[in-house]
Amino acid sequence: MMDVTTQKPSSLQDLARSQTSTPTATKILVENVDFYYSAFHALKTINIVIPDRQVTALIGPSGCGKSTFLRTLNRMNDLIDGTKLTGKISLDGEDLYDKRVDVVDLRKRVGMVFQKPNPFPMSIYDNIAYGPRIHGLTNRKKLNEIVERTLRGSALWEEVKDKLKASAFALSGGQQQRLCIARTLAVEPEVILMDEPCSALDPNSTFRIEQLMEDLKKDYTIVIVTHNMQQAARVSQRTGFFLRGEMKEFGDTDQIFTSPKQKDTEDYVSGKFG
Amino acid sequence: MSVAPPHSSLLGKQSGNVARRKAQNVVMLSLCMLAAGLAILVLGLVLFFLLSKGFSSLHLSLFTRPPDNIDIKKGGMIQSIFGTLVLLGIASCLGLPLGILGGIYQLEAKGKFASTVRFFTDVLNGIPSIVIGIFAYAAIVYPVAQAHPGTGFSAYAGGFALGILMVPTVMRTTEEILRLVPFALREASLGLGATRWRTMWSVVLPAARGGVITGIMLALARIAGETAPLLFTILGSEYFSTHAVLGGHAHVPTLNAPIDALPLRIYNYSQDVNPDRQAQAWAGAVVLISLILVLSIAARFATRGNMQEEK
Repeated sequence: MMDVTTQKPSSLQDLARSQTSTPTATKILVENVDFYYSAFHALKTINIVIPDRQVTALIGPSGCGKSTFLRTLNRMNDLIDGTKLTGKISLDGEDLYDKRVDVVDLRKRVGMVFQKPNPFPMSIYDNIAYGPRIHGLTNRKKLNEIVERTLRGSALWEEVKDKLKASAFALSGGQQQRLCIARTLAVEPEVILMDEPCSALDPNSTFRIEQLMEDLKKDYTIVIVTHNMQQAARVSQRTGFFLRGEMKEFGDTDQIFTSPKQKDTEDYVSGKFG
Repeated sequence: MSVAPPHSSLLGKQSGNVARRKAQNVVMLSLCMLAAGLAILVLGLVLFFLLSKGFSSLHLSLFTRPPDNIDIKKGGMIQSIFGTLVLLGIASCLGLPLGILGGIYQLEAKGKFASTVRFFTDVLNGIPSIVIGIFAYAAIVYPVAQAHPGTGFSAYAGGFALGILMVPTVMRTTEEILRLVPFALREASLGLGATRWRTMWSVVLPAARGGVITGIMLALARIAGETAPLLFTILGSEYFSTHAVLGGHAHVPTLNAPIDALPLRIYNYSQDVNPDRQAQAWAGAVVLISLILVLSIAARFATRGNMQEEK
């Protein structure tokens, strides 16, 4: 019986084994994390092992804490007043919440794609060059290379290669979201967090972004929050089910969707609520 | 089984309720239009008076010559126009950095100090401009005059007073406009590993550029017409203030001497007994209004460019 929310892991290996059937390298390790918005207890004793170069999906009904959890992974919650986190989150063994950690460095390594496409009010080119530039790159030739490589990487190059100087707002919603993914890739992160990246997109754009995730996972660790269970089933290797701030179940995606161990998980994935 | 109410005919007589609601609509709409019309009418009357009184005295010499005390009609007020522009420049040097950076601070910072700053900014906004003039007199003019007799009134002192007047306006509009920039944009930038300042400078400020510029233009238009603070600070002058250099062989413009400004010149001439001077005061008012109009139109253009980008 592997109920990680109640069972205290005796060691990291045990925790890793309890959540995966095939051993892979651990990228992010979350141990006993509790999170509060002032008095509101938003996350309760979360323990998760996020494997390297795989897609991990987080599902659950609205308000269950999955987005909040995602944002603890690159400390975007720091921007909100009165939040508090206890427990430990480590990236490659290093504590993210250590006082010595610079959030600027952290967010360079753990990038984020948001729910609504949010390109900057600049040209397509400048949107992508923004990240490398803020980290000090000025070489025009290298910037050009990055722009082309990341646009190819996000399957947008063919559509925009002739109008790189055009405003990013001229693109469609789906293109904008792929631009935002390219922009995230441009700072060469190791982990990409995606917060419902397809919820504002049409089915065709959604399909393209899902294909993209399939490609990206060869090089990147991806954590995606989604409301769409079919999407989680299609794109991810691991799935975590959140409910009321608790992580009810975490395991291989196949297992979560075909033979969930928890009654709540079964009810949710079979569409009885949520 | 429920019985649907009988449908009223679209073409038949309307029920009393509909007629009453329609009448109410017409009345309220008329009142709104009347109020808007009155506001425009006031502006129209001001412009009409100004033009009818000032247009006949509006000569080219107004823009090319300083006042002429012998042949008054031939004199102009170029030194006042120049002085107003200089004062706007000096005021901007003080008011823009303080106002914009202060606005950014109020947007970004939380806590007791930030709210105290906000409160005092509002208080500053409510201080009559003549009090600011007295302050500039006490802070700059008087001490300078004590230290170097014969000096004191200067473009610096006037620009200082006007700069202080700009700060609260620029601060508030900057803060309000920056607040309108979607939080998602900042998140995107911070998520890429940008610092807060970099995010502000490269993403938030450019996104709000048009609005910030509008705020600046409105603040400039506001202080361009201020007279009271100038009475205590620049004194007024009928010449270009110059400073002798090279042992008196050459003269260069100086800011450390009394200077003139359009509103001050208008004020002085309007008090004059000579009808020609009074006529020039009207003409000066036309020039001042035109200057402010140009600033406002420039603000419009700045904003429009931004709108297109955001679309």
